[in-house]
Amino acid sequence: MSRDSEGAGVPGARSDNPRPATSELPGAGERTVPAGASPRLSGDTALVGRLLAGDEGAFTELIGRYQGRLLRLALTFVSSRAAAEEVVQDAWLGVLQGLRAFEGRSSLKTWIFRIVINRAKSRGVRDGRMPSLSSLTSRETAPEPAVDPGRFTANGMWRNPPAPWAEETPETLLLRAEVRKFIEEAIDSLPSQQRAVLTLRDVEGMDSEEVCNVLEISETNQRVLLHRARSKVRQALERHLGRR
Amino acid sequence: MLTCRQITELVTEYLEGHLPLGQRLRFQMHLGMCRHCRRYLSQMKTTIRTLGLLGPASIPEVPEELLRRFRAWKGRVP
Repeated sequence: MSRDSEGAGVPGARSDNPRPATSELPGAGERTVPAGASPRLSGDTALVGRLLAGDEGAFTELIGRYQGRLLRLALTFVSSRAAAEEVVQDAWLGVLQGLRAFEGRSSLKTWIFRIVINRAKSRGVRDGRMPSLSSLTSRETAPEPAVDPGRFTANGMWRNPPAPWAEETPETLLLRAEVRKFIEEAIDSLPSQQRAVLTLRDVEGMDSEEVCNVLEISETNQRVLLHRARSKVRQALERHLGRR
Repeated sequence: MLTCRQITELVTEYLEGHLPLGQRLRFQMHLGMCRHCRRYLSQMKTTIRTLGLLGPASIPEVPEELLRRFRAWKGRVP
């Protein structure tokens, strides 16, 4: 049940900033701890300092830490691995260009994610993979049941209930190599907006407000997209793991 | 009384803490009585936690071009 309380308290619980007027601390930009900051932030601060001092090791460390995740992010918006790599490389140059102005208003991670997402989005729209946001309403929010209606009786009760899974915990699930593969496949077959929301929220662990901001969608749309995406991934797991 | 089908549609709003109190209580009451829906919810939570453990797509090497650009960038440090 821990997920419940986590989800329930997000906006309030995360905004208990010990320093309410952080933006009024001149010269303390990188030290400012924004809402939702993780303890890793202090690591960010040190890293930014080393980067600004021209420490190449810090740059490779940063790339090593984020490259794989950024590629995954970029791939949610563009159609090929090659395009994603281009986007990420281009974004790293953007990171270098913007680093001196980085004020730590968001975590370094969120800031870098945002740069990648913005570039990947415009690239995706250009390549025709990412529907422009105006087309979101019709196609991606049309009614789409979470579970095949044929699995319920006319009264809406389970006729064909979810089967128990061969593995019950994420840890044991991921020990099976094929599970990772079919989860990746399930994610990849999602419509792009659903894939983007699921990747940001569940794979990367961003909160809903951040996701709405970077994708420029309403909270309601975000929730609908997340719901559909999660329902489909659960269904894919059930197909592979369900014991009848 | 919520139906099982409704539960499967409300599950994300429930997990996001977005159900109004009355609806939340009805949701929980249904769960208390329906083991299929308890299983559905638990599988949804497992799905979410598994997604969170996927990690990066792959471990790529640092492109040489980027390091070259970094050195150039460093050279412009005021």
